[in-house]
Order: sequence, then structure tokens, then C-alpha cells
Amino acid sequence: MALFVPDWSLERKGAKDQRRHLEKIREALRDRLPDLISDESIITSDGKHVLKVPLRSLEQYRFRFHSWQGDRVGQDQGGGRPGDVLGRIPQDGLSQKGDGGSGAPGEIPGIDYIEAEVSFEELAGLMFHELGLPYLKSKPLATLPVPALKFKDISPKGLMGNLDKRQSLKQNLIRNAVAGRAQVGGWKERDLRFKTWVDEPDPEDNAVIIAMRDISGSMGDFKKMMARTFAFWMLKFLRTQYEAVEVVFLVHHTQAREVTESEFFQLGESGGTKVSSVYQLCREVIDTRYRPEAWNIFPIHFSDGDNWSDADNRRTVDILESMLPGVNVFGYAEIREGGYTSTLMSAFSRLQHPRFKTVTITHRGDVYPALKAFFPREGA
Amino acid sequence: MDSPRYPTDQEIWDLARSNGLDPFAITFENVPASVLYEIAAYLIPGRMAHWSYGKAYHAMKMRYDYGLNKLYEMVINANPAYAFLLASNSELENTFVRAHVMGHVDFFHHNHCFHHTGSDMVEVVSRHAERVRQYEFQVGHTAVEQFLDAVLSLQEHISLPAPSVRPRAVENHLRPQRGWSSADWGLQSPSDSIGERQVKPNTHEEEDLLRFIMVESHYLEDWERDVIEMVRQEMMYFWPQIRTKVMNEGWATYWHATLMRQLTFSDDDYIDYARLHSQVTAPLVYQVNPYALGYSVFQDLERRQGRDAIFLARTVDDDVSFVRNYLTEEVAEALHLFVYGADQDHVIVKSRQFELIRDQLVKELVHGGIPVIHVNDGDFNQRGELYLIHRHEGVDLDLPYAERTLRYVHRLWGRPVHLETRSSNKRLILSFDGHLDTKTVL
Repeated sequence: MALFVPDWSLERKGAKDQRRHLEKIREALRDRLPDLISDESIITSDGKHVLKVPLRSLEQYRFRFHSWQGDRVGQDQGGGRPGDVLGRIPQDGLSQKGDGGSGAPGEIPGIDYIEAEVSFEELAGLMFHELGLPYLKSKPLATLPVPALKFKDISPKGLMGNLDKRQSLKQNLIRNAVAGRAQVGGWKERDLRFKTWVDEPDPEDNAVIIAMRDISGSMGDFKKMMARTFAFWMLKFLRTQYEAVEVVFLVHHTQAREVTESEFFQLGESGGTKVSSVYQLCREVIDTRYRPEAWNIFPIHFSDGDNWSDADNRRTVDILESMLPGVNVFGYAEIREGGYTSTLMSAFSRLQHPRFKTVTITHRGDVYPALKAFFPREGA
Repeated sequence: MDSPRYPTDQEIWDLARSNGLDPFAITFENVPASVLYEIAAYLIPGRMAHWSYGKAYHAMKMRYDYGLNKLYEMVINANPAYAFLLASNSELENTFVRAHVMGHVDFFHHNHCFHHTGSDMVEVVSRHAERVRQYEFQVGHTAVEQFLDAVLSLQEHISLPAPSVRPRAVENHLRPQRGWSSADWGLQSPSDSIGERQVKPNTHEEEDLLRFIMVESHYLEDWERDVIEMVRQEMMYFWPQIRTKVMNEGWATYWHATLMRQLTFSDDDYIDYARLHSQVTAPLVYQVNPYALGYSVFQDLERRQGRDAIFLARTVDDDVSFVRNYLTEEVAEALHLFVYGADQDHVIVKSRQFELIRDQLVKELVHGGIPVIHVNDGDFNQRGELYLIHRHEGVDLDLPYAERTLRYVHRLWGRPVHLETRSSNKRLILSFDGHLDTKTVL
């Protein structure tokens, strides 16, 4: 019975299976995305920090007894009398984090949580992996990715190779003229002018989101939150696809106007709803500021669908139809808590167009499927 | 004494034998923490890979890394036995651990529950692991993993061979390749068709769920049956350890205490040893420390009936009979045992009455604390459906868990599966037909 000291350094079995377990947890994370992405702490964050998500270690289902039915035998220092409270029953939820609270021996048999750190990028990555941009404007492929550099501006500083001789000469002449000399010469550093280039925005690389929201009296906190969550992820997603994404915020009740981002998410006003007003404004914004030839346009409208009248619904559909050829995807997200179908939604349902998408959001978990409906991955 | 001399493996082994213990020969190995925890997670080195072992490994290793918990050793029941010691143990810790291991290995050798466990399990599980690897090559890693998910969820539902009157050496010699003999499969005799052997309602109960599925399922492929049998074989080996946790740890603790008393140490070492011993037997709040319970009962039994009585108990008892027969009121009081339970959303102390404590403890230990599930019918509704019955003994099943486990049963059976149980005093049937979970209250 000698004491052996074999070489165990190549033993990796535990580590390998441990990794497999963690991989499976990541897979499980994907299943929880609909819940995770509507978490308020994410939406209100700057989008940079690392999230700590309590994740259950993977369950190993088997036949087992109900945890808290029936009594058990325990052991203490001898003090406890019948009726004394030992602790709380761990709730089967996220309130019970870690391994049962204190690190003392004899923890309440609880739920195994692994506090996984998920960076924002990781979460977004998991999610955006499932999304795609289906309706890109057709453009010859060859012109697509090359950044267009154009000399468009003149600057007093720059590279000698980019010297703009004509402009420099002009400056020299001006300076001499000011000094009363009609001549060229006496060159100074400050006479020189250089051609500088600007990044010409390539239309394919730019997108604008026109976010429209109903701020009529019927839009409560939940509806606001859902609109916000959706707009947040839509913006994040489009930013991963385009170099520059602009956002225009429009709100409406019976009248529409343009607002700032913070107003957009906070405003709550009373009053009725006239959807055509905001669609009209949207069309104006597109016509005047974002030419469809140069921009990828993503209008999205959040409402509960309680529109003023059928006449207005018809007007709305007309305006919408006139916009559709110019936009990439026009989204209408109806957020409501009840199960009925609004008149606006039924008016829209008669409109069949590949670039027009409607979704209904009734609870947090619907946000993710709604995003997927707007941005379906091709071939998925 | 200039430098203290610690006893060698052989000296401790001889000391154990002179005290009446009869352990197998023991191979001690020093291993680093990562390896020791790996062995603890897989319970035996070289076992087949599955993420669930990785989960256990991760959890244990993390607790060790944070200093919350330290394993000193892992003993493997084999002949010769293997004992793995943490490489960072001090000499004194290793002496203490070796003395402890003597108790375990003697217990493996002599307790009747272990009569059927093979002496070469380390080799057996390595062969299993190799076969599983080959299946992964043949059918893909995911397929094997998903199948193992299902089988491992049911691994506890096997039945053990009844204690044999044959000497163990003969049995091992006769059946070197268990489970693969064609007799076990019932494939030899032509009259023994599957239809005839299927259990009919209310006539007979098949206790070994896993075996029943392995033999009777029309749905399984050969490699799948093989995997089930491997898991079953391994579980047969581990079941006795589940059944004798209290006794086994108590016996080892009793013997480390006894043997350490017979050795000579410096004062500092005595204090270190006392600290180790009290760590091992420290009370836990929500459960009974098996080391402390087993140790106290053995001590008390020896005081009352002499050393022969404890040797007899170590041979013929399991945890249930051990606690029921030998736990006395004095021991329960000295260990500060009590019954606790849920009261609305709080956990409260319910009683310190001895009989209640003992009966409750016995209840917890019955069947290793695992629900008993029997096969009632393998051709339910005359449509090849599987009907299982949970033998309800006072505590309900965790129903959400049971529903999910039923899906695994379905994965193995391939036809609708049903589980009859009781919940809140109502008879209840959980079913899964491959698409839908249904719950029927009778």
C-alpha cells in the first residue's frame, strides 16, 4: 500500500462536462430572451453595463418529493422550542438568489442559481442573431460597401499633397491686397488652403426610424413601457446594421407633432385619437427630410388602436398606402391589455403589403416575437 | 520527540485489523483538488461523460475555491479499494483521513447491502465510458446526451437483487459480465414473447422501472438499451451507498475516533485533530449530520451492548433499520434533534418528542428519500401505453418535476405514459402522449 502520486495533470473530464453544462445554460438563456429583453433595468440602462442575470443551473428532472410538504428532522444547538420560527420558505422565484442565502452549513434546500454575467453585447448578440433586414432597397452590389470619399471642403490645415493651389493663391492675393500690394508673393503659412474630404453618406448605410406614438388618454404605463422597449431594441438593432441611424419622434392624439426622445417616452396626455394626423406628419417628414432614394426608412407606430372614427381609419389607410413604396418596413404595433381587435387593426388587416407589418403586444413576452415579425431573418 | 512521525498506510491498516476491522487492501493516491472534486462529482473515476456531472463538479469546486467546503478524501468501493487524498492535506490530516477510510472500506466489505457490488467497478465504468464514446461517434453527441438526460432522470428507479445467501466471491466469479447475459434479456426462449410477459393490470407490479423499459419498450434501439443497462449497472453499485449513508459515515467516524485515540501525537496535533473531528460532526440546521448521527448511535450501542453488537449492526443493518432499532431518546436529545416543517410561509420547529423524531427520520430514510414508482401496466388501454403508480406514503410528488420527468419516460417508451399518484388527498393521473400533458383527477 504505497502512496502513489500519478500524473493527473491531463485529466479534464470535469472541466469538459462543466463547460457543456454552461453551454446548455446559454442555450436556456436564449429561451428566456423574450422575458429578459423586456426587463426594465436593461431598457433604462445606458446599454453598456454588464447585466447580472440569475440563472438556474440546469434542472435535472426526476421523480422527487414535494419540498415543503411533510415534516423533516433537523438539528440545532438545543434551544429551539416547538413553534419557534427557523426561517422562511424560499419562494420559487428570483427572490431567492445564490445558494440559499447565508453560507452557513445547513442551508435551506433551495433552488440552485448561478449568477451569470451577461454583457449587454452578448444579450443583444443572441437576440440580433435571430433578426434580419429583409427589405433592403435594391442597389447594385458593387457600389455597396465602398465608403465614398469626396473632397468637398477647404481647410487651413492639411496634408501638403492635398494643397489647393488656386485657393491658396487667392488667399495670398487677398492678404497682399489688404496690405496695399498688388502682387503675389511673400508666402506665409496661413495663406495655404487644403482640400479636405468628407465621408459622403452612402444612402445604403443610413437609416431613419420614425417612431410614432399615441399619447391619448387610453395609453397607460404598461403601453408606454412596451412601446419604449420595442423602440429601444429596434434602435439598437438598426444601429448594428447601419452606420448612422437617425430617429424622429412623433406623438399624436388628435393632432401630431414632433417631440424629443425623452418627451416621446414620457408624455401622457388626455384626449382622443386621430391616427391620420400622425401618418400625415410622417409623410411630410419623409418627403421633406428623408428622401426614400437616400434613406432606409423604418416608420413604426404604437397605439392601442382606439381611433376616432371609421372615416379616419380609411384616411389613415390611404396615407399609409401612399407611403409604403418608399419605406423599408412600416410597422404598426398595437399594444393593448384586452383581447378585442380594434377598428384600426381591422382596417389595416385588409391591407396586404409585404412591407407593412402589424403585431399585437399584450404582455412583455410579446416584444421579442414582434421584433422578429418586423425583422424576419431570411431563410429562417 | 524531535520530528513527529506519522504512521504509514500499512501501520494504520494493521492497527485497524488488530481492532477487528477487516478492510480490503487500500490503494491511497494523492490528487490535486481539481481531480478530487472531479472524482467526487462523478463518484467514481473514469465514468461516462454527461453535463450533469459537470454541474456537480462546478458547484463543488466553486465551494472549495471560495473556502466554503473542503473534501479531504474520496473512497471508492472496490477490491482493492481506492482512497484519493487531497494533495494539500497535512500529514496529520492524512492520518485522520486514513483512519476514517479504514471504517468505510471495512463497511463496504462487510455490510450486507454491498453483497452484490462488484469489486472491479472502476474498470466497469471505464468500459461503459468507452462504449458511450463509441455511440457518440456512431449516432452523434447530441443524440447520446439527450438519451442520457432521459435515462439518468430515472436512474434511481431500479430494484436491487435480494440479499444472496451465496458467498460474494462465488457470485462475482460466476457472473463477470452482468446484464449482458441473454437470460437477463429474456430473448432466448421463443415462448417468452413480449406480449405475454407484459404486466397486466392489477396482477403484478414490476418494481424495476428502468429494467422494464429496457426490456419491454418497442421503441428503443440496441445502443439505447445498452446505455440503459450501463446506467442501471452503475446505479446498482451506488444504491447501497444511498441506503447506508448514516451508517457508513457513522462507522468511519467511529473508527477514526477509535484509531486516533490509539496513536500518539504531539499536543498541537491533538488540537488539530479535535478541530477536524468537530468539523465533521458539526450540526446542520435543516438536516441531520449523518456523521454525527451514525457516530453517536454506534457509540451509544457499544456502550449499552458491547463491541460485538456494533459489528453485528454494521453487517446486517441499513440506515432504516439502524435508526429504528438503535436510536435512543438520549442520543436524539444529545444531538438536539427536532422535527420541523412548514407553517404557512415559515419554517418552524414542530416537536422535540423522541418517537416523532425517530419515526420522521425513518420515513426520510426509507428508499433513500426517493419516491417509489412501480410499473403497473405495460399495455395500458391495450395500446401499448405505460401505466406507472407512485406508491404514495404520505408525501406528494413534486408535480411540476414529475410532469417533466414523464416526458423523459415517454422518450424511452415511445407511447403515451401515465403516472398515478396522489396530490392533496386526491388520486391523480399525469399523462404525456408526446404532445400534450394532461392531468386527470379521479
